[in-house]
Amino acid sequence: MTKTINLTLKIWRQKGPEAKGKLETYKANDIPTDMSFLEMIDVVNEKLTLEGKEPVAFDHDCREGICGMCGTVVNGRPHGSEKGTTLCQLHMRHFSDNDTIVIEPWRSRAFPIIKDLVVDRSALDKIIQAGGFISVNTGNAQDANAIPIPQETAELAMDAAACIGCGACVAACPNASAMLFLSAKVSQLALLPQGKPEAARRAVSMVREMDRLGFGNCSNETECEAECPKEISITNIARLNREFYKAGFFSSEK
Amino acid sequence: MQLDAKIPGGPLAGKWDRYRFELKLVSPANKRKFKIIVVGTGLAGGSASASLAELGYNVKTFCIQDSPRRAHSIAAQGGINAAKNYTNEGDSIWRLFYDTVKGGDFRAREANVYRLAQVSNNIIDQCVAQGIPFARDYGGLLANRSFGGSQVQRTFYARGQTGQQLLLGAYSALMRQVGAGKVEMFPRREMLDIVVINGQARGIVVRNLITGKIETHASDAVVLCTGGYGNVFFLSTNAMSSNVTAAFRAYKKGACFANPCFTQIHPTCIPVHGSYQSKLTLMSESLRNDGRVWVPKNPGDKRFPRQIPESERDYYLENKYPSFGNLVPRDVASRNSKEQCDMGKGVGETGLAVYLDFEDAIKRHGRDVIEKKYGNLFQMYEKITAQNPYETPMMIYPAVHYAMGGLWVDYNLMSSIDGLFVLGEANFSDHGANRLGASALMQGLADGYFVLPYTIGGYLAGTSLEKITAGHPAFRESVEIVNNSIEKLLSINGKRTVDDFHRQLGHIMWDYCGMSRNDEGLKKGRKLIQQLGEEFWENVLVPGSDKDFNQSLERAGRVADFLEFAELLIIDALARKESCGAHFNEAYQTKENEAMRDDKNFCHVSAWEFAGKNKEPVFHKEELKFENVELSQRSYK
Ligand SMILES: Cc1cc2nc3c(=O)[nH]c(=O)nc-3n(C[C@H](O)[C@H](O)[C@H](O)COP(=O)(O)OP(=O)(O)OC[C@H]3O[C@@H](n4cnc5c(N)ncnc54)[C@H](O)[C@@H]3O)c2cc1C
Ligand code: FES
Repeated sequence: MTKTINLTLKIWRQKGPEAKGKLETYKANDIPTDMSFLEMIDVVNEKLTLEGKEPVAFDHDCREGICGMCGTVVNGRPHGSEKGTTLCQLHMRHFSDNDTIVIEPWRSRAFPIIKDLVVDRSALDKIIQAGGFISVNTGNAQDANAIPIPQETAELAMDAAACIGCGACVAACPNASAMLFLSAKVSQLALLPQGKPEAARRAVSMVREMDRLGFGNCSNETECEAECPKEISITNIARLNREFYKAGFFSSEK
Repeated sequence: MQLDAKIPGGPLAGKWDRYRFELKLVSPANKRKFKIIVVGTGLAGGSASASLAELGYNVKTFCIQDSPRRAHSIAAQGGINAAKNYTNEGDSIWRLFYDTVKGGDFRAREANVYRLAQVSNNIIDQCVAQGIPFARDYGGLLANRSFGGSQVQRTFYARGQTGQQLLLGAYSALMRQVGAGKVEMFPRREMLDIVVINGQARGIVVRNLITGKIETHASDAVVLCTGGYGNVFFLSTNAMSSNVTAAFRAYKKGACFANPCFTQIHPTCIPVHGSYQSKLTLMSESLRNDGRVWVPKNPGDKRFPRQIPESERDYYLENKYPSFGNLVPRDVASRNSKEQCDMGKGVGETGLAVYLDFEDAIKRHGRDVIEKKYGNLFQMYEKITAQNPYETPMMIYPAVHYAMGGLWVDYNLMSSIDGLFVLGEANFSDHGANRLGASALMQGLADGYFVLPYTIGGYLAGTSLEKITAGHPAFRESVEIVNNSIEKLLSINGKRTVDDFHRQLGHIMWDYCGMSRNDEGLKKGRKLIQQLGEEFWENVLVPGSDKDFNQSLERAGRVADFLEFAELLIIDALARKESCGAHFNEAYQTKENEAMRDDKNFCHVSAWEFAGKNKEPVFHKEELKFENVELSQRSYK
C-alpha cells in the first residue's frame, strides 16, 4: 500500500519582479510518497485555488528531467538533496513524516524573479547566442561519416552536451557564476573536429558575454558540480580555461 | 472549399527534384523584404526559423517556454531514422519510404513520405556538422540501432537523449541567427489567434505570459510548429504545456483539421499509479531491442517475476509475431498489451502492466553493454518506481504519446489557409494512421530544414500581398475575441479547478476513444464531453488576474480548446468506419483481432472544416492514391 506523509512547507511568495517577497507557511497533508515533488506542489495549488487564493507559480514542463524548465531551491539545495536529480524527478519517498521543507527560487543577480518561484533565465540563451554553436548553414554539410570521431571523444562530448540549461549551477555557486553551463557547451564543441575552427573565438566571446550579463567569476568552489542534476563535470571548466588561454596566446581573438 | 494536395506528377522518385526546380524563387536580395512568423521552437520550428533566417528572411519566432531550447522535442529519447544504409543491410530510400507507408497502415500520401525518406540522409549530415554527439562504434563511425516496424538498423541516436541533442542543434543554429539579428525571439508567449486578411494568414495575436499583455504581430506568412495534441487525454507522455490551442484556433479561422482520431498510444510507458498523477513517462521503444515482453501464462499469477519459471511465461509478441517479435509497430504492441491485461494476465498492483525483461540481454551482452545503451532510461525508471530494472523486469503499459492527425497541409506544407504553413507534429502529413518509432524527429527536421525553406519561397514569390500592419482592423477584431474569452474565463468563478475538468476529460477520452473503440462508446463519449464543456463554462474556477503571470489562466484557455477539440476527434473516429493503425474500431477486425481496413471506402484523409460553434463540422475527403505500393493487410508475423 502507498505510504503517506504530512509536511509543513515554507514557500517563497513574491507578486512580481519589484514586489517584496516572503516565505509563507502551508500544510501538505496525506502526501503519498510515490508522488513527485511537483505533483505535491500541484496538490497544494489545487487546495489554494479552491480556497480562493492564488496558487504558487513555478516553472515546469516535461516532468521527465530533460527540459530544464523546473528548479527551485529546496532546503537550501538546488533541485533538493538527491544527487543527479531534477526537481521534477525528485520523489516524496525521500522525505519523512512531519518534515518542514523550505522552497525558494534560484537566487542570482543574472536571474531576476518574475513571480514566486519563477525566475528569468534568458541570460543563459544570451551566452549561447555569443558563440555556443558551429557556424554551418543548412545544406552545407558533407556526408556524416566523412570524419570518423573516436568513440571516446564522442562520449566525452556527449557527457558535456547532456546539460539541460536549468541554471542550478548558477544558483549553487557562491559567486553566481555560469562557468559550468558555459564550459559544458565550449567543451562539447571543442572536443569535436567540427567545432575546432571556431573554438578560440567561441570561448572568448562566450566568457565575455557571461561577464557582461552580471554573472560572477569562477573561484573553484565546485558546488556547481555537486548540485548539477545531470552531473556535468568541472573538468569541463578546465577544458574551457585551456581553450581560453590558447585563444589568448595563439589567436587574434582577444 | 476544395482541397488540392498539389502533388506533383511524374515518377515518384523524381517528383521532389522536379518540383523544386519548378518552384518560383525569391532572389537573395528580395528575401529580406519578407517577414515570416514561426510559432514553436521544437525540431520543426527551431530548424525552420534558423534555415529561413540563413536564407535572408526576417523571422519572428515564438514559444511558450522561457527558452526555445525547452520545446517538447527535447524529451524524445530513442532516435532518428535515415536511409543511410551504413549497416549494409539493404536499406534504401525506397525501403524507408515503404516501411513508413506500411507502418502508417496505408493512410499517408506516397509523395510526402517519399520526400521524407529522400531528405532523411541530409538531416543526419546536417546534424553531425552542427556537432551533435551521436553514438559511434569503435572505429569512430556512426552507430545504428533497430526500432519497431523495421527489419533494418537505421536509427541514429545519442544515448537515450536523441531529441535533446537534435533540438540543441537546431536551437544553436537558431541562437546564432538571433545573435546575428535575423531572428527576433519571443519566449513566454502563447499564440491565441491567427489573423487572416483577404484569405491569407498575415499575423498572430499572442499573450505575453509574464505581463499578460495581448500583443499583435504582422507578417507575410505564418508557420505553425506547435506540436501535438496528445494532452487532450490529460495523461500522456507529452509535456505539461503541450496543447492544441494554436492549431485549433487556426482551425476556427479556416484551416482544415485532418485525421484527428489517429492518436498514437505508445506501448512502453511507466504504468499509472495514483489519481494525483500529472503525466506519464515514456520508456523508449529502443528498449524493445533487448527487452523481452511477457506476462504470466496463468491469469492472476501474483508471484514475483523471477519466481515464475520460463515454462509459465507467455512471451506473447515473440509467439504471435515470429518475424518481428518484440519489434512490431506500436499500435500492434499496445493493443496486445491491453488484450493480455483484459484476459487478467496483467501484472503489478493495478493489473494494468506487462513485463519488459532484460535478464536475457544482460546474460548475453553483459551488464556494461546494456548500461551503455540504456543507462539513463534505467536510471529514470528507478527514480520513478524505486525498482531496479537490472534486477527485476520493468513494468510497462501503453500511454497516449503522439498525434498523427493535425492540420491538413498540401505538398508545400501549406494549410487550407493561404500563407499558413504547418510543420512537425502539428500537421498530419507523413505518418498515416500510425507513426513508426524514430520518424517524428526525422519529419520535424525534414520539414524545417529541407522542405519549408523551398516551398515558402514558392508561395511568397508567386503571391501578391497587400501591405498591412498590425493596425489593420482584422487584428483589432482578433484581439477582441481573445480578450473576451480571457475575461469570460476569469469571471465564471465556479467551484471546480481547471485541472479537475482536464482530468475528467482525459478519463472520458481514454475510456471511450482509447486503444479500442466502438460506435456506442464513441457516441456516449461525445455526449459526456458536450456536458463537460457546458459545465466548464459555468463552473470553472480560474484564480488571479489577466495582467500578470497566471498559469491557471494559461491552462484554462488550453483546456477550453481541448474540450471542443475532443469532440472533433470523436466525430472523426465515428466517421471512419474501419480499423487502421491506431484507430481500432471493434466492429472491424480480422479473425486474429488485427485491424481490418476498408480500402474501398476509407482510403482517404478526412479533413474537417469548422462550420461555426455548435455546428457539425464539414467533411472533406482527400482520396489517397497508391501508385507505387500495393495495399496489403499489414502482417508482422
Ligand atoms: C517522451 C517522448 C519521446 C519521444 N521520442 C521520440 C523518438 O525517440 N523519436 C522520434 O522520432 N520521435 C519521438 N517523439 C516524438 C517527437 O519528439 C515529437 O513528435 C516531435 O519532437 C515534435 O516536434 P515539433 O517541433 O513538432 O513540436 P514540439 O517539440 O512539441 O514543439 C512545440 C513548440 O510549439 C510551441 N507552442 C505550442 N503551442 C503554442 C502556442 N499556442 N503559442 C506559442 N507557442 C506554442 C512550444 O512552446 C514549442 O516550442 C517522442 C515524443 C515524446 C513525447
Ligand atoms: S520539468 Fe523538465 S526538467 Fe523538470
